Amino acid sequence: MEPEAEMPTPGRITRDDVAYVARLARLNLTDAELEGFTGQLADVLDHVADIEALALDGVVPTSHPLPLSNVFRADEPAVGSDDDADHRLFCEEVLAAAPAFEESRFRVPPVLGEAP
Amino acid sequence: MSPETCSGIDGWEVVIGLEVHAELATATKLFSGARNEFGGEPNTQVDPVSLGLPGSLPVLNEKAVELAIRVGLALNCVVQPSEFARKNYFYPDMPKDFQISQFDQPINGEGWLELPDGRRIGIERAHLEEDTGKSTHVGGGGRIHEASYSLVDYNRAGVPLIEIVGKPDLRSADDARAYVSELRAILVTIGASDGKMEEGSMRVDCNVSVRPVGEEELGTRCEVKNINSLRSLGRAIAYESRRQVDLITLGQKVDQQTRHWNEEEGRTHTLRSKEEAFDYRYFPEPDLVPVVPSTEWIDQIRMAMPLLPGERRHRLAEEADIRPEAAALAVERGLDDLALAAMDLGADPARVLVHVENNLADGQGTLTADGFAALVAMETGGELTATQAKTVLADLVSSGGDPALVAAAHGFEAMESSELEGLVESLIADHPEDWEAFVGGDESERKKKSGFFVGQIMKTTKGQADGRLVNEILERRSTSR
Amino acid sequence: MSAFSLAGSVRSGERTARSIVEEHLAAIADGETEINAFNLVMADSALERADRLDALVAKGGDPGPLAGIPVALKDNMCTRGVPTTCGSRILDGWRPPYNATVVERLNDAGAVLLGKTNMDEFAMGSSTENSAFGPTFNPCDTTRVPGGSSGGSAAAVAAGFTPLSLGSDTGGSIRQPAALCGVVGVKPTYGRVSRYGLVAFASSLDQIGPFANSVVDAAMLLEVIAGHDPMDSTSIPAAAPDLLGVLDQGVEGLRVGIIEEISGSGPTGLEGFSPDVQSRLAEAAETLAAAGATVEKTSVPSTVFGLSAYYVIAPAEASSNLARFDGVRFGLRVDAENTVDMNAATRTAGFGDEVKRRIMLGTYALSAGYYDAYYGKSQKVRTLIVEDFARAYGSYDLLLSPTAPTTAFPIGEKIDDPMLMYLSDVCTIPSNLAGHPAMSVPFGVGDDGLPVGVQVLAPANGEASMFRAAAVLEAATGGLTGSTT
Ligand SMILES: [Mg+2]
Ligand SMILES: [Zn+2]
Repeated sequence: MEPEAEMPTPGRITRDDVAYVARLARLNLTDAELEGFTGQLADVLDHVADIEALALDGVVPTSHPLPLSNVFRADEPAVGSDDDADHRLFCEEVLAAAPAFEESRFRVPPVLGEAP
Repeated sequence: MSPETCSGIDGWEVVIGLEVHAELATATKLFSGARNEFGGEPNTQVDPVSLGLPGSLPVLNEKAVELAIRVGLALNCVVQPSEFARKNYFYPDMPKDFQISQFDQPINGEGWLELPDGRRIGIERAHLEEDTGKSTHVGGGGRIHEASYSLVDYNRAGVPLIEIVGKPDLRSADDARAYVSELRAILVTIGASDGKMEEGSMRVDCNVSVRPVGEEELGTRCEVKNINSLRSLGRAIAYESRRQVDLITLGQKVDQQTRHWNEEEGRTHTLRSKEEAFDYRYFPEPDLVPVVPSTEWIDQIRMAMPLLPGERRHRLAEEADIRPEAAALAVERGLDDLALAAMDLGADPARVLVHVENNLADGQGTLTADGFAALVAMETGGELTATQAKTVLADLVSSGGDPALVAAAHGFEAMESSELEGLVESLIADHPEDWEAFVGGDESERKKKSGFFVGQIMKTTKGQADGRLVNEILERRSTSR
Repeated sequence: MSAFSLAGSVRSGERTARSIVEEHLAAIADGETEINAFNLVMADSALERADRLDALVAKGGDPGPLAGIPVALKDNMCTRGVPTTCGSRILDGWRPPYNATVVERLNDAGAVLLGKTNMDEFAMGSSTENSAFGPTFNPCDTTRVPGGSSGGSAAAVAAGFTPLSLGSDTGGSIRQPAALCGVVGVKPTYGRVSRYGLVAFASSLDQIGPFANSVVDAAMLLEVIAGHDPMDSTSIPAAAPDLLGVLDQGVEGLRVGIIEEISGSGPTGLEGFSPDVQSRLAEAAETLAAAGATVEKTSVPSTVFGLSAYYVIAPAEASSNLARFDGVRFGLRVDAENTVDMNAATRTAGFGDEVKRRIMLGTYALSAGYYDAYYGKSQKVRTLIVEDFARAYGSYDLLLSPTAPTTAFPIGEKIDDPMLMYLSDVCTIPSNLAGHPAMSVPFGVGDDGLPVGVQVLAPANGEASMFRAAAVLEAATGGLTGSTT
């Protein structure tokens, strides 16, 4: 690979950046973790900087490895109604696996704000 | 209408753009075979996909796509190849903590909606996305901020939504209500949604800004959420525009904010400011493939579309030679087909519309186009008075039949004009002062007195006389004197 | 004995499924403490299942192609009522209420589910050291890693705990551990095997595939699990390819290119390839040439950028896929004053460092202002790789490279240097980005006596010719490499 030293990087990731993404991703980091992760992420991003030098104007991005389109499902219920025993069992297993539930609903601590 | 009278605030123009979410009327969810029904036991209309369980994958509901295309065609949108994207944010009613929506490639691009008064309101886009579950806040009077905990039901999670983003082309609360009513009528007509705002199957977010009349640049807008009825839409706009004008008048700035409409308090309050805007990290949904509707499919959907409210207004207006706006009520009541059929059979368009607007409020019942046309013919032919026709029409609506027979059963016969002449003559003789007042009076006095004479004749004939004819006799006598 | 023959003997009544299951349970009892290949051994249900299959055979029924054959599953495939952990504390104790499609297919084919195998947490790693349940040790040398992330599945087959297992491959997670443990490992064409019920790491790259002691067993298992699944929108709308039927067709006339860039040769190639691995690759090339293929060196230039694109795309998708582990509906919850704090407390306690690292990396790459520089660019690099491969496949039927730059490395050697660890996937990542099939075939050992794997790459849907070449390479090494059964 070409040396990366002279390549422009999109700005080295900072502690503040890492704190920001940790908050977005709902992760709490100690100061020491923040320090450590910042260095490690910077290492990876330094490596990734090799694609910065590529001429990619006009290249179409690929998000799907398969050239498929129009994959549909018919609008038919695939699960039973409330009185279907299999479906009831499924619903019971779902609630049984919940960390907390009440009146067939998932219980969570207070929600501070409305959905964004 | 001038902007002043629209906004209701002198010197200011209100600019409104609406985002409407409507649940699509499918049997199952957007990405799985779980049922899409309103009001089931909590967490029973679910499956691994709508619960966002690890390992579950979405598969797109073809019917939802078809309905979305119908919406696009009805709103004159460009129906185009589309892709789904993930909108990432944490929230407990969002099972995967991302919403599958459409971002830069919506299924429906630009279009427009025509209000009954003929104005076109621009549509920015109309895209497909999934609904969220529902949270109930327990304790604190159900208020989110004071609740001690919340309970989540995912029955609604994954229900298909079409989000219709309107351009900021609306200028008053009345405009906004007219837009939402028209949109709802369209969605219901094409079978895309039941349009029930009270069940939450149609939800409106409202972007409001104000600017001085004559100003071209748009003011800073606020988005108002939690509007649950047409009434609150009007109230919220009135409140929010007043609030913004007051701020500016006081020399303050309007902050770009998302605000919450509180129906009980009749006011909006801050949810969050632009600075707190979310970083949704949109990216193409890798578990789904692009939707590329073929021209054949789109044409097939177009062919199967029923006539839209606007088209029906235009059709009726043309036939009856009136303005489309005047045809709105007939279309809204679903009586335009009947009216047109009756007109086709030779019925007088003006009389037909009078009946549709005044006498058929509760629908046509057993009334047929033939019966309707025959009735109107009897009326215009002088065989029935307007009052009699109304009575016969009511019978035709409730039990059908031949209008001639129904009229006969009521004992309605056209009164000979000579007979009527005699009645008028004796009435004049009995009320000489009224007659003098009629003959010598000005326009309004004559109108008043003619009303008196017609009323008296109707009384003595028990409504069998033709009011028009009575007026003619009065006119003739007063000028030939 | 191959699983293929073993299944035949069960179907014919020569052997009982119970005896086969018991034999493998005994091997596990013997060696598992040393290897730690399993997160869960399903001894009771496996024996019950074997008995039911034996009863079916006794009544003249046919349980299917995998009759009575134990199969171990990487612990990221949902098994109804059976714990599925993804090697993470955050799912410790979670019992999915549904089966993955591959589980249903194995059941329909008469297989016996033997257990859930250890893995790098959420498949993020190349050594199986990132598991909440301790590392897995390489059966060939227990001071070494088995590779990863499907290290448990590779080790279980190599140690003779099971004749067959399934892994998942996002950037090499089947092929690299297969190479390091000396077994056959296959990453099929993207969309060949349903991902429904596979807990997602990076959706556009993930693919389930088989581990086996032989090419024929891998072919048999792949035939069972492949084929269209309406529950997965990205599933190829075609039936499973015929692989068993082509294994003996040889490579006569096939054109094979050795990818210089990921073989440690050529002017623009990547570094860090050990000479013994390069020697085995050269021998493999000679083997194919001797069998009638034309073999030459070729260039697929953009493969050198695969690692960079991968370490943006995979974390980006992962950051979104792993958001649902929030303490609300399943798995671990660490309680807190409000839901936001509960989400964060749960995720902080439930995820290990590597998972946190990749979630943050992916969140960063997708966040406002960075999307174009990272995610957008990486998607374009992906296009270049697809185009380069397409050009290469215009001249060649198959491509060849080492599976990994080195043999199994010592436990602990790379765990503190994420970038160094990531480099062990340079050879495997390009196929994931392109969605192409590739497999690792054991081909001799290195100077340290540890297994070396050769990677056979094919264009999309090219599994048949890929397996033909694999069979030729296997035959040259004497077959049945790691089995103790
Ligand atoms: Mg263990
Ligand atoms: Zn929306």
